[in-house]
Amino acid sequence: MRSFFPIFALITLALLSYGLYQALVAAPREATMGDAQRIFYYHVPSAWTAFLCFFANLVASIWYLATRNPKVDAIALSTAEVGVVFTTVVLVTGPIWAKPIWGIWWTWDARLTSTLVLWLIYVSYLLLRRYSTAGQNPVLASVLAIFGAADVVFVYMAIRWFRTQHPQPVIGGGEGSGLDPRMWNALLVNWLGFLALAGLVIYLRYRLERLRQQVEEAHAMKAIAGTTRSTR
Amino acid sequence: MTTAAVPRGSGAPGLLDILRVTLAKDLRLEWRSKDAINSMLFFALLVVVIFSFGFDLTAEESRRIAGGLVWVALLFAAVVALNQTWARELRNQVLDAYRVSPAPAESLFLAKAVGNFLFVILLEALMAPLFVVFYNLRSVGPPYQLAIASVLGTWALVVNGTFFAAMSIRTRSREVMLPLLLFPISIPALLAMVAATTGVLTGDSSPYLPLVFLGVYDIVFTIIGFFLFETVLHAE
Repeated sequence: MRSFFPIFALITLALLSYGLYQALVAAPREATMGDAQRIFYYHVPSAWTAFLCFFANLVASIWYLATRNPKVDAIALSTAEVGVVFTTVVLVTGPIWAKPIWGIWWTWDARLTSTLVLWLIYVSYLLLRRYSTAGQNPVLASVLAIFGAADVVFVYMAIRWFRTQHPQPVIGGGEGSGLDPRMWNALLVNWLGFLALAGLVIYLRYRLERLRQQVEEAHAMKAIAGTTRSTR
Repeated sequence: MTTAAVPRGSGAPGLLDILRVTLAKDLRLEWRSKDAINSMLFFALLVVVIFSFGFDLTAEESRRIAGGLVWVALLFAAVVALNQTWARELRNQVLDAYRVSPAPAESLFLAKAVGNFLFVILLEALMAPLFVVFYNLRSVGPPYQLAIASVLGTWALVVNGTFFAAMSIRTRSREVMLPLLLFPISIPALLAMVAATTGVLTGDSSPYLPLVFLGVYDIVFTIIGFFLFETVLHAE
């Protein structure tokens, strides 16, 4: 994998550049929304990538509770961090698009609010990881991930049912409803690029976390062996 | 009280026996010290007073937003009590003793949750008249529905709160961590509580759907908490 890394990085770079060209130049100008719609090619792929990250985090968390394998925990940590970053992109690009199109920055509709709550849950997940002592931190974090996953379903339903101000916004283009093939192209190329970028960062973060685990383990072994009076 | 721990007949005490003993111990502790209820009550009182200074309301407006105010005040106040749930057990390493004892962790969790539930329900009973007085409230819908909403809503807060308090006690910044974990998870429950309460107070909408929603939320999170608590208690 380590020798493959530069090639993978180059592929990611190429995909992202081609995606940028596709989104800004090749894709046609949207009839009613104009150029503002082009942010869609970054907003939607980020959202899909983020949701995939969180799904991977949930799977890794359950897997960790079952096996207590520190490698799996490193995956859980790196997917959660990258997921939070991509969700932040979604939450920032959304209002930038919404202001000229809907005339408002934000509306409490089901999709927006669930994404926001998902982001809040995973920020609290990262805080929990930061503030708990090293040994217990993976277990507590995995448990929180399970709670969070169960909660997201409730969030979505609660907002659909109990928040009355539904402007029923037309999400840019909708689920494939009449998207120009060139638009699909830009969207999918960007998604591939974002997935590759996410994979790259997750891999780097995973390596870093593994190294940190190994250093910690080495310290612990040393302390047990009595060769050091380290107070870590 | 002291005889409650003795199991009937043969075998080890069951889940319910330990639940009963732990709950009785917590209630007795609280009855003698009144730590949780005093601080919660005063805190909730402060929130109510500060809210009424923050918003200058007419009777009609206050009926419309009281559902939100009540639950936000209770959410904040409940955190005060929830933080003490496990902090109390740290002294003299009681929590460590629980960990090594063969008693099922689930019964400990349920006992703590039920104890907190009783404290918060008591708080609500004491706060309700205050709210009525300060905000000129008069319910348009039938008041018994408010009671159902408060039971289901309180359990939703308390079951997750008890669980997350056990998690936050293990972190470096104990008291700060609990609301950070509890509030995001409680958002859907809060939405449903507010929808149900406002529905009853204004008579505009039926509280049926939010109450069913709260019931399902309670069941799901009680089950998750029940099965994962042992993992959290024994996390090393």
